[in-house]
Amino acid sequence: MSTSNLKVETMAEFAARGEMPEILFWVGCSGSFDDRAKKITRAIVKILNHVGIKFAVLGTEESCTGDHAKRAGNEFLFQMQAMQNITVLNGYQIKKIVTGCPHCFNTIKHEYPELGGNYEVIHHTELVRQLIAEGKLSVQGGSFQGKKITYHDPCYLGRANNIYEAPREIIAELDADLSEMKRSRAKGLCCGAGGAQMFKEAEKGNKEVNIERAEEALASQPNVIAVACPFCNVMMTDGVKHFNKEQEVKVLDVAELVVQANNL
Amino acid sequence: MISIAVFCLLTLASVWLFNRNIGRIRKSVLSGREFSPKGNFNEHFSTMLRVALGQGKMVSRPLSAVMHIFVYVGFVLINIEVIEMMVDGFIGLHRTFHFLGSFYDFLIGFFEILALLVFIGVVVFWLRRNLGRIKRFMSNDLNGFPRLDANAILIAEIFMMSALLTMNATDQVLQSRSVTGYHVAGSFPVSKWITFCFSGMSSDSLILLERGAWWFHIMGIFAFLNYLPFSKHLHIILAFPNTFFTSVKPMGQLNNLEAVTDVVKPNFDPSYVPREIDPNATPIAFGARDVFDLNWKQLLDAYTCTECGRCSSSCPANTTGKLLSPRKIMMSTRDRMEDVAKNKAANGGNFVDDGKSLLHDYISAEELWACTTCNACVQECPVNIDPLSIIIEMRRYLVMEKSEAPAALNGMFSNLENNGAPWQFSPSDRLNWVNENQ
Ligand code: SF4
Ligand code: SF4
Repeated sequence: MSTSNLKVETMAEFAARGEMPEILFWVGCSGSFDDRAKKITRAIVKILNHVGIKFAVLGTEESCTGDHAKRAGNEFLFQMQAMQNITVLNGYQIKKIVTGCPHCFNTIKHEYPELGGNYEVIHHTELVRQLIAEGKLSVQGGSFQGKKITYHDPCYLGRANNIYEAPREIIAELDADLSEMKRSRAKGLCCGAGGAQMFKEAEKGNKEVNIERAEEALASQPNVIAVACPFCNVMMTDGVKHFNKEQEVKVLDVAELVVQANNL
Repeated sequence: MISIAVFCLLTLASVWLFNRNIGRIRKSVLSGREFSPKGNFNEHFSTMLRVALGQGKMVSRPLSAVMHIFVYVGFVLINIEVIEMMVDGFIGLHRTFHFLGSFYDFLIGFFEILALLVFIGVVVFWLRRNLGRIKRFMSNDLNGFPRLDANAILIAEIFMMSALLTMNATDQVLQSRSVTGYHVAGSFPVSKWITFCFSGMSSDSLILLERGAWWFHIMGIFAFLNYLPFSKHLHIILAFPNTFFTSVKPMGQLNNLEAVTDVVKPNFDPSYVPREIDPNATPIAFGARDVFDLNWKQLLDAYTCTECGRCSSSCPANTTGKLLSPRKIMMSTRDRMEDVAKNKAANGGNFVDDGKSLLHDYISAEELWACTTCNACVQECPVNIDPLSIIIEMRRYLVMEKSEAPAALNGMFSNLENNGAPWQFSPSDRLNWVNENQ
């Protein structure tokens, strides 16, 4: 199929009709441009469409949150990006945002308020958990029933924001066998992408961080490495390839697990 | 009596010296830039109770947690006995508080058990540190004084606890012989097992040994007090203020640079009024080049660091062989502060440029650029130190004042400026994912 079976409307379209969506879906740069992450974006939208939530995206009016710039030390660029986004968001009087990326989530939630951007921000794993709890989304194990899934905690969801259970509860709904890595939750090891490392060569060392983490993830011989961050996804996928395991072990976002298991 | 006079003099001298050194550290910490920890008193106080008093973050490593509790509780409580030793020293009596009767016996017995636990704790620590082949203790971060520092205190503790128990054991023998001055007082559940070592000795030698152990213990305490300001063991004091002032914010949140907001925000929000700036003040640089550019909490962090290396052993950069070690970030900051303090002391209180700075001379750019901002170090630190905040401040200086970001990051910055995304994609393609099916 070349045309979309997704129902996606922009905030501009909503505003033109004088309507407000229930929630704004913040897609993020990875989710918009990276080929692997675009699939996660589509999975999130499938879930939103499936439960019939009225949501909008900013589309071409969205710009990078500035997370990487801030963490690379470029506060000017960060604040320029932040102010640009806040101007758009406040212009549309946005109240609630769901993000597909823990970095966008963290930045909008914690670093925009001081610049005048105050929103209720949730990560897509929290939204999915909430939908399940409210009975709006029923999740069956489908192809993941009994499969071994290990979950990698993204730093910006876990340590940074104390969200450890939402993704695990969703995986539990799939009747999968969740196996924890040696370092998980607050002790979870970074995938190596944060702090703008994604955009540069690693400094000199004796191992790549993502190889170290992939090795740990592969140790329990899982069928799936579940992640909840597009950057972790790239890093873990590369790590799995390094060990030539990409045939046996899939790296999937929690949203993709839900969609694939339920043929959404 | 000469011994009373000597004792009073030594006490005064050691308290004076300690006070002076702590005053120096206090001054150098407070010279930092302003910092507001944000929370209310109760939030801060409960963090302190949980993390410092309750050792809440030690539990993640059970063996060291238990041993550390022995040493920590022993240290605090045995110092109650030191109060009596001080009183004895000042008035020249023996076991002044024995009039408390059976309660006194209970206390002395209790302190003996604590002394034994401390003894066990420090022996285990010493063995672990030196024979345990634990990476964080073998690391180059600790070469030189830090390694000596750690071991010196453990050995000193072993001697101190031995002195305490020797004092009690000889006292018992003297008490049983009704030697004048050695009235019956105390119960000795631990040292009673070693009295046989001393029972063959003459009363005179025993008195000499008992007094020797007493003086050794009390002088050991004075020495320790004055060694603290130069050692990682300063954490036994600073852990309390440091955890108290931990900023109440989610770990993921980095501070906002208001100086930048003042420049950026008016472009978007004409109603925004920038903060008033004193036109005569020297403009402060963005980020940190030296310790002068850090805030007082970051400086307090540096003096509080226990050099335990839990941060570095959980750091993804450090454990994969990168130069970055969050522990070393803290140790270098303290080293620089000490060098600055020495410089000031030698120059009548004013800092004279020594051609050095924290950035480059103590911490290299390579270290800073290895950080993934994962917060593992912040999470792990048992005394709530935030090495990441110093790393970010120094990156800010490199990028905003020096334009010295790695080339690839400059590329990312220009993509951001031109396309609103860290990659070279056109903003008009942002919605392409809707119509791409795979
Ligand atoms: S935040 Fe930086 S220094 Fe701290 S553990 Fe992570 S990579 Fe290491
Ligand atoms: S910063 Fe904290 S965790 Fe790291 S060495 Fe110092 S006390 Fe230990």
